[in-house]
Amino acid sequence: MSARLSSILLAFSAVFLVATDKPVLVPDISARQVQIRYSFTGAQLLLFGAVVYPGGSAPSRPLDIAVVLRGPVQPILVREKQKIAGIWMNADSNRFRSAPSFYAVASSKPIDQLVDERTAAIYELGLHNLQLSPGGGALPEKERRFEAGLLDLRRRHGLYAEDPHGVEITDGVLYRAVITIPSQVPVGTYTAETFLIDRGKVIAAATRDIQINKSGFERFVALAARRHEGLYGLTAVLLSLGLGWAAAAAFRRRF
Amino acid sequence: MDIYLPIAGQSVNALLIIVLGFLVGVLSGMFGVGGGFLTTPLLIFYGIPPTVAVASSATQITGASVSGVMVHMRRGGVDMKMGGVMIVGGLAGSVVGAAMFRVLQSSGQIDVVIGFLYVLILGWIGSLMLKDSLISLGYIGSKPEVGPAPRHNRWVASLPGRWRFYTSGLYISPVAPLALGFLAGVLTVFLGIGGGFILVPAMIYLLGMPARVVIGTSLVMILAVSAATTMVHSLTTRAVDIVLAGLLLVGGVIGAQYGALLTLRIKPDLMRLALSVIILLVALRMALGLAWHPDEIYSIEYL
Repeated sequence: MSARLSSILLAFSAVFLVATDKPVLVPDISARQVQIRYSFTGAQLLLFGAVVYPGGSAPSRPLDIAVVLRGPVQPILVREKQKIAGIWMNADSNRFRSAPSFYAVASSKPIDQLVDERTAAIYELGLHNLQLSPGGGALPEKERRFEAGLLDLRRRHGLYAEDPHGVEITDGVLYRAVITIPSQVPVGTYTAETFLIDRGKVIAAATRDIQINKSGFERFVALAARRHEGLYGLTAVLLSLGLGWAAAAAFRRRF
Repeated sequence: MDIYLPIAGQSVNALLIIVLGFLVGVLSGMFGVGGGFLTTPLLIFYGIPPTVAVASSATQITGASVSGVMVHMRRGGVDMKMGGVMIVGGLAGSVVGAAMFRVLQSSGQIDVVIGFLYVLILGWIGSLMLKDSLISLGYIGSKPEVGPAPRHNRWVASLPGRWRFYTSGLYISPVAPLALGFLAGVLTVFLGIGGGFILVPAMIYLLGMPARVVIGTSLVMILAVSAATTMVHSLTTRAVDIVLAGLLLVGGVIGAQYGALLTLRIKPDLMRLALSVIILLVALRMALGLAWHPDEIYSIEYL
């Protein structure tokens, strides 16, 4: 709590110290940490904040806001099935060195109405502007095909999302957006970026980090499976032997 | 009631998984099979990653076979020498299978191979069972028997070196049960099935073992090999989800007990008919994914 307070104070003091003619974003998130426990079925994050204008009053011309939540970047291999000799098998593959494991963008207007393509590409606004770094010198049409396949797959799993009207702005000062993360998200450090956009230009930006971690028993199991494989396997075997024996013993007494 | 699986990395409906384990347990109690051949495909249909489904259902098979082994041990229906030879084969099979699993995993064909083997094995076993049950229910006529079958299979009899298996009353080469165990070991690692529904007929028709020791011996073998497979998967693929296996087990071990009781009350031929239809439906569903249209064209592998 004190960290949050101090960050807000810092943001405010920055306004007075720098005293520029540009507005400043003061963003916050409903949770700085998301704990994955046994009952985790996904989470809803509220990304909200305020725009602090020089002079203190909002201009008559409404500004626009886009928020982006992105997960840690992973190198991945996307495989494509093709029908060969009557059977669908993995025939082709393409590597992407920097695919975000989670990406959600919400904006007050559709991205293409907010900024031009170049700006969108620079700030990676919108699914089609993600820098996935495809590798292997494949043909551009093949890369596009695999990229479309990857985007479609992750969009249907809720890992990639675009909400062109997801940001609500109140009185040109307060903004809020709700982003849903599904239960399949990987753990790691997520970043929430907020962009203030005026006439096609990003005039202010701010970033906050969110930690998504497995906690308690879930964390213990995941660590044990990776670090103590032998003991973990032995535990699984003993668990199944024990449960099988217990059921047999319980039923022998009853019948 | 949703619960998060730490290895599969997603949440599932816990009650649904327990019910699935229970139903498979009932089947395994009734027919003396591990039931992995139903658990794995159903988990995959549910959306669990294939590797996790295969590894975790191997763990469930161990639990499901424990009570069966206990019953048969007490009755003396286990040929420990034969079982030992098959376990040695099975352990070798699970290690070799794990190496093949790794190779196929890195070449990206593992899901295709799993699907293909399932269609092949389930289709074959399912249609055999369907035919058998229709014959015994009298819906179709059976072919007249052409004389008594020879006690020993010609292939098995021609193998070198013979051992005496006193409990089974056999004098055959240990190579045959060793090879059978090896095959079952490979199948357990690959498909998360115990291989009971292949072992039992093979032990009767190929090895010529008497029926009173077949089920017990195959269960001992399945118990040992599925336990070893759980270890192999934890050490290599690291895909055993102990929470998923636990949920399946809770339903499965109770279901197995009810299944064993049900066999005394329901006409077995009708149940076998029902089981064969279930098996064929699962095989058909997998075949559609392979030949007609897969669930997903694109899949993602983490590097």
